[in-house]
Amino acid sequence: MTDTNSAAATGGFPAAPRALRATASALVSLALTFIGLTAITFVIGRVMPADPVLAVVGDRASEEAYQRVFLEMGLDRPIWEQYLTYLGQILTGDFGTSIMTTRPVTEDILRFFPATLELATLATLIGCVIGIPLGVWAAVNQGRWIDHCARVLGLAGYSAPVFWLGMLGLLIFYGNLGWVAGPGRIDIYYDGLVEDPTGVILFDAAWHGEWEIFWNAFSHLILPAGVLGLYALAYIARMTRSFMLDQLGQEYVLAARIKGASEFSVIWRHAFRNVLVQLITIIGLTYASLLEGSVLTETVFAWPGIGQYITTSLFNADMNAVLGGTVVVGICFVGINMLSDLLYRFADPRART
Amino acid sequence: MNFLSRLAVTGLAAAILAGPALAPAPAYAAPPADTFVMAKDVSDIITLDPAEVFEFSGGEIIAQIYDRLMWFEPDDMATLVCGVCETYTVSEDGKSITFTMREGMTFESGNPVTAEDVVYSLRRVVKLNKTPSFIITQFGWTPENVDELVRVEDGDAVITITEDFSPALVLNALSAGVASIVDMKTVEEHATDGDMGYAWLKNHSAGSGPFKLQTWKANELVSMTANEDFRSGAPGVKRVIVRHVAEPGAQRLLIEKGDIDVARDLTPDMVAALESNDDVTVQTDAKAAVIYMAFNQSDEILSNPKVAEAIRYLVDYRGMADTFLKGQFKVHQAAWPEGMWAAYNETPYSLDIEKAKALLAEAGYPDGFEIHMDTLNQSPYPEIAQAVQGTLAQAGIKVDISTAEGKTLWPMYRARKHQLILAQWSPDYTDPHSNLDAFAHNPDNSPEAKLTGVLAWRNAWMDEDMNAMVVAARNETDTAKRETLYHDIQAKLMHEGPYAIMFQQTEQAVMRAEVEGFVSGPTFDLIYYRTVSK
Repeated sequence: MTDTNSAAATGGFPAAPRALRATASALVSLALTFIGLTAITFVIGRVMPADPVLAVVGDRASEEAYQRVFLEMGLDRPIWEQYLTYLGQILTGDFGTSIMTTRPVTEDILRFFPATLELATLATLIGCVIGIPLGVWAAVNQGRWIDHCARVLGLAGYSAPVFWLGMLGLLIFYGNLGWVAGPGRIDIYYDGLVEDPTGVILFDAAWHGEWEIFWNAFSHLILPAGVLGLYALAYIARMTRSFMLDQLGQEYVLAARIKGASEFSVIWRHAFRNVLVQLITIIGLTYASLLEGSVLTETVFAWPGIGQYITTSLFNADMNAVLGGTVVVGICFVGINMLSDLLYRFADPRART
Repeated sequence: MNFLSRLAVTGLAAAILAGPALAPAPAYAAPPADTFVMAKDVSDIITLDPAEVFEFSGGEIIAQIYDRLMWFEPDDMATLVCGVCETYTVSEDGKSITFTMREGMTFESGNPVTAEDVVYSLRRVVKLNKTPSFIITQFGWTPENVDELVRVEDGDAVITITEDFSPALVLNALSAGVASIVDMKTVEEHATDGDMGYAWLKNHSAGSGPFKLQTWKANELVSMTANEDFRSGAPGVKRVIVRHVAEPGAQRLLIEKGDIDVARDLTPDMVAALESNDDVTVQTDAKAAVIYMAFNQSDEILSNPKVAEAIRYLVDYRGMADTFLKGQFKVHQAAWPEGMWAAYNETPYSLDIEKAKALLAEAGYPDGFEIHMDTLNQSPYPEIAQAVQGTLAQAGIKVDISTAEGKTLWPMYRARKHQLILAQWSPDYTDPHSNLDAFAHNPDNSPEAKLTGVLAWRNAWMDEDMNAMVVAARNETDTAKRETLYHDIQAKLMHEGPYAIMFQQTEQAVMRAEVEGFVSGPTFDLIYYRTVSK
C-alpha cells in the first residue's frame, strides 16, 4: 500500500497535513481539557462550604484576623476575576503556595507525584505481566479450572476493598512473615541519604549505585504495588480473556489451525496481535487511573503520594494544592491517551495510514 | 495439560518457592538506641513558626524546638517556673514584670540568648498578628504600643500590661507556644520585605530548645536533632523522628514489629489487644481537651433554660465513657479540666429520663420537639452524636444529625447558624482564664460584634453576672481567692450555660518496653521528648 493509495482511501488528504491536523487537534483537546478542568475545579473549590480562610487562620481566629486573610486571598473579588488571575499565574508556571505544606505547589507536586508514579508504574507492570498471560490462558482454556481460577482471582482483585487487602497484606507479609518492609516509602534512616533529582527513589538509588537503599525502597514498594497490581491485574486479565475469546472464534483462527500453524503461533501471532490494540486502551486507562493516586492505598501504607496530597488538601480547603494536583492528573490522563493513540499505530497497521 | 499450562504452573511454583529468597533481607527494624521514632497523624501541621502555630501537632513540635520565658518542668507540671529567665519580679501595681535572663544560654546558631531576643520575639508576635497572638495581645499590646510596653532595660526584659490582669495569668500566658523565644539575628537574616522572617520560619527553626529542626516534610515526617547545649542538659536521645502514619492499623503493626518506639493514635480496641503484649507498655495521660454539646440561644426552643437542663439529663455520660470511649475519654462536666489548677470536678448530671421529661413538660414541650445537631465527621463525634440522639429520643426529642469536616463545620458555627453542636475545646495555656474566657465571657452579644473566637458569642449567650465574675477572677491577685472565683464560675456555667459539657480526653500512647521517660502533660504542647531514653 502506498501513501497515495491510502490518502485516496481516506478522502484525498496528503499524509503530512493529516499528521499536522492530528497534532493540532490533540493540542486543542489538551488546551480545552486544561481550561475545563481548572475552571470546574476552581468553581467547585470556591462554592463548596469548606472555608479556605479558616484553613489559614484556624477556627478560633478573631473576625479581624479572618477578614485580613480573606482580603489577602482575594476572595472579595468576583469568581471569574479570581479564576482569570489564577489562570494567568499558572500559565507562568506559578501554581501558588500550599497552605498545608507552606511550600510552592509545584515543589510539592515534584515531591509527591514521583511517589505515585513509582507505585502506579510497578502496579501496572504487575498487572500486565501477570494479567495478560492469565487472560490469554483463561480464554484458551475456556470453562476449565484455570478459567475458573482466573475469574475468581479477577473477582477478588476487583471487588475486595483495597484498604482491606492492604491491611491484610501488611499483616501477613510484613507483620508475620517479615518478607517486606512496613508502611512508608523507605526506612527513615535512609531518608535523605541519596540525592533524588527525579524523586523516584528506585531510579535514583540505582543511578548512584546505592543498592542497599534500592532494595530497602523496593521492599517498601512491592506490597502496595502488589495490592494495586492485583486490582490492575484483575481488570486486565478479564478484558484480555474477553477479547481473546472473541478472536479465537473468528474464521482466520480456524484457517490458521487448518494450515497447520502451531498452537503457540495461533494464539500469540494471530489472535493476540489483534487483541493488542484494544488492550493498549485498557492498559492506558488503568495506568492513568492509578496515576491519580490511590488515596486508600496511600493512607494504609503511609505513602506520600499525589492522591493523599490532593485529598488532604481538599479536606483542608487548600485549593491551590487541589488545583495544582488536579491539573497534573489531568495532564497525565491526556498524555497517556495520546501515548495510547501513538502506540495504536505500531500495533495496528491500518492506523498507520 | 498443554504447553502454556505447564509453563504457567512451573512459573507460579517457582515464584512461590523463590518468594522469600527473592525478597530482600528484612528491612532494618528497630530504631537505633539514640533515635526516638514516633508514629502520629501529623497532617494538621501547617506551619512551625511559633507566632502562627495553633495546631496540636505543630504545638507539640515547637515545644521541643523553642524555649519560653516561663515553663513547666516535666517532673512538676503544676508549678510555673522560669524558662530562659533566671528570675522575675512583679512591680507593686502588678502592671510590669521584669525578667532577668539566665547566663550562658545559646541558640542553635551559637548566638547567645539575650533580653533583646525575648523582646523581639514578643513584639514579632504582636506585629505579625497571627491567630494565636490574642494570647498576649489581650494584655493591651498593639503593633503601635508594643515597642514601648515590651522593652529591654539594663539587660533585662521588661513587659508592661495596660489591662487589669492578674500577674499569675500573664506569666501563665507567657508559657504558651506563641511566646516562644526566637533567635533575632538569625530570623532577621532571613527576613524578606520586612516580614520578620515569617516566610522562612514556617519550615525552619531558630530556637534554644532541647531539639533543633532538621526537616519537616509535610504529610511525611518531622525530624529533629538534639541540642547538646540545652540549658537543662543534653536530651536523652540524639535524634527524634515523628513519622506521619495516618492509619491506626499501620501504627499498630509498626509498634508490634518494633519499627517505631511509640504509637500515638491507636484505637481503644487496639490498645486493649496490646495490653497483654510484653514488648510494649501502655501509658495513659489525662489531657485538657473537653467534649461539649452547645445550644444556640438564638433558637427559641434551646434558649429555654429548662430545655437546656433537660438535655443535660438526657446524656448517658457514664454509658459512653465505659463503652466506646473507654481509655480515650472520661466523664467531666466543668469547662476547666481535671488535673489543672482550679479544676472543678463535680459531675452532677447523669442520665435521668423521668427528670428530663418533667423539665420538658415544665418548659412547654411535653412531647419533645425536633432539632438539628452538627458535629465533626471523625471518630468519636459521630458515635457520641448517635448515642445522644438515642437518649434524647427517649424523651421525645428527635435529633437529626449532620457530620462534616472542620473546615465546613466551623464557618457555620462561627456564623451562629447551628442549633445543637457537638465539638471539642482545649485550652491555649494552663490558666483557667483560657477556657472560661471562651465559654463564659461575652462582652457584646450583637451579631455585628462578631466575636467569632468566643464560644459564648457563637452560642448567642450573654450573662452580665457571668461576665463580671470572669473579669473579677482574671484580675484577682490573691491565688486562693482566684481559685474560689473560678470554682464559682464553673459551677454556675455548668447549670446555667448553654452547654452540656461531657468528657475530658485521656491519651493512650503505646510504647516499646525499653522506652522510658516519655512525659505527656495535660495540654497539647506540654509533651517532653527530651526526657526520653531507651
